[in-house]
Amino acid sequence: MTGQSVDVPIEHVLRDLTPQVLGAVVRRFRDFAAAEDAVQEASLAAALHWPREGPPENPRAWLTQVAFRRMADHIRSESARRRRESELAQEAAYAPESTVIETVPEKDDTLVLLFMCCHPALTPPSAIALTLRAVGGLTTAEIAHAFLVPESTMAQRISRAKQSIKNSGIPFQLPTTEEQAQRLRAVLHVLYLIFNEGYTSSVGPELRRSDLTQEALRLTRIVHNLQPGDTEAAGLLALMLLTDARRRARTSAAGELIPLAQQDRALWDKQQIAEGVALLSATLPKGSVGPYQLQAAIAAVHDEAARADDTDWPQILALYDLLRRMSDNPMVGLNHAIAAAMVHGPTKGLELLDALKADVRLADHHRLDAVRAHLLELAGDHKGAVMHYRVAAGKTGSLPERNYLLTQAARLSSELGPMNEQE
Amino acid sequence: MKYMLLMTGTKADFDWYAKWSKQDLQAQFAFMHAFNKELKDSGAFVAAEGLAFPDQAKIVRAGSDGTPITDGVFPEAKEFLAGYWIVDVESPEEAYKIAARASAAPHPPRHGPRGIPENQPIEVRQVMSGPPEELL
Repeated sequence: MTGQSVDVPIEHVLRDLTPQVLGAVVRRFRDFAAAEDAVQEASLAAALHWPREGPPENPRAWLTQVAFRRMADHIRSESARRRRESELAQEAAYAPESTVIETVPEKDDTLVLLFMCCHPALTPPSAIALTLRAVGGLTTAEIAHAFLVPESTMAQRISRAKQSIKNSGIPFQLPTTEEQAQRLRAVLHVLYLIFNEGYTSSVGPELRRSDLTQEALRLTRIVHNLQPGDTEAAGLLALMLLTDARRRARTSAAGELIPLAQQDRALWDKQQIAEGVALLSATLPKGSVGPYQLQAAIAAVHDEAARADDTDWPQILALYDLLRRMSDNPMVGLNHAIAAAMVHGPTKGLELLDALKADVRLADHHRLDAVRAHLLELAGDHKGAVMHYRVAAGKTGSLPERNYLLTQAARLSSELGPMNEQE
Repeated sequence: MKYMLLMTGTKADFDWYAKWSKQDLQAQFAFMHAFNKELKDSGAFVAAEGLAFPDQAKIVRAGSDGTPITDGVFPEAKEFLAGYWIVDVESPEEAYKIAARASAAPHPPRHGPRGIPENQPIEVRQVMSGPPEELL
């Protein structure tokens, strides 16, 4: 057993090094499942040896060497098995005679792994599960717990993802420079989904979902450090920092959702906001402004307002105008309508909503009704607002949001008095 | 997105089921076993339970002093839950597909109100999730 004092730092070191070592082993031996076992064994060996003998000078090289040796053993026993079975001597294709470590920059191995785990050929749930497992170093049980599914279900998703990689012939090396930018988009999208999952996964009445958002932040930070020149990786990291900074103010002690305008801004994480703003300010002048940077810029405008009334809505409207030209996501159109209402009055916002109703993706979406209710309330049509709050409550799949919408309807309808209630 | 797939039936449905032939029952057991395995293998499975027959079902209310008051007399038309699945899928359409597979479980001929053969109805309901990304 290892002592508590050395146990914690070793765990951290191992967690940071695992994707690099796994990437190196996968790149060399091209067998994901066996490589994972080998790296796990190497980590186990490290956890046993390092506290006793002290950590090696180059922990990454140590782990890689042990993992390479385990892989070589694995291949030898596999080919021996095959030889026994078929009596046909087969040379293991990649069995190395020595365990010489290639001199590859360590950062590339994590990238190889990320590109593989977030490959567009995988479905989003598979890519998410595999990324958390292989790059994040989370156990299958931890991932299953975060997504509130049985461990066996998550194990099945991960093994199917590995199988898809095997079958699809996804290459185990760094893509060409031209491909890299495109593949990086897929990686960022998966990290964005993991972050959002932290907010939107089934949680029942409790809202303790920071584990996945924290993991998404950690991994996005790694990607940003690996590709400091990519402005969208920086933009996504800034967006996560600026959004997560509001986490503590987002819910009441009773677990109720608190909308942005009513949040206690003293609870916002000032340090995280400062970091996000600094990162964004350094990134925007570099040119090639993408959707993540724009969303981060919008989050920054909100975060920089000391009070909700100080919010620079004209700037937010201008940013949504830009974002709308880049993305046909209907949610962007909705937020644009809200910003327009804040700048030009609720009537303008309601006009924009009418135009959005034609979009089939939105026509039956609760958010359209929720925004309409909000704007009707601002316009003084409380009866119409109550009706749309209730319609939205009937359509949402989120329990905290339904509670919020029903509460809004109840608040307004009690102001109207029983005479105006029509059921 | 998680969905609950509910299989319900009236007392007449349960009575009918209790009279299935051995062959019909075995075909249904085999189907359910394979169906659940398929859900597990595909990574969609979250939970599934079958409930005991509703013969002993009770409706419980608390009396004025908080003690339970049970009622076991139900109208013939009352629907009882027979069992459920919870699946984690990417769209409501995927949940409907799984529900349709459950609906098509083998059963002896059963005729609807107009004498047309019918499959088992499956109610599909979304399981509520956590808070949305951002609220205005």
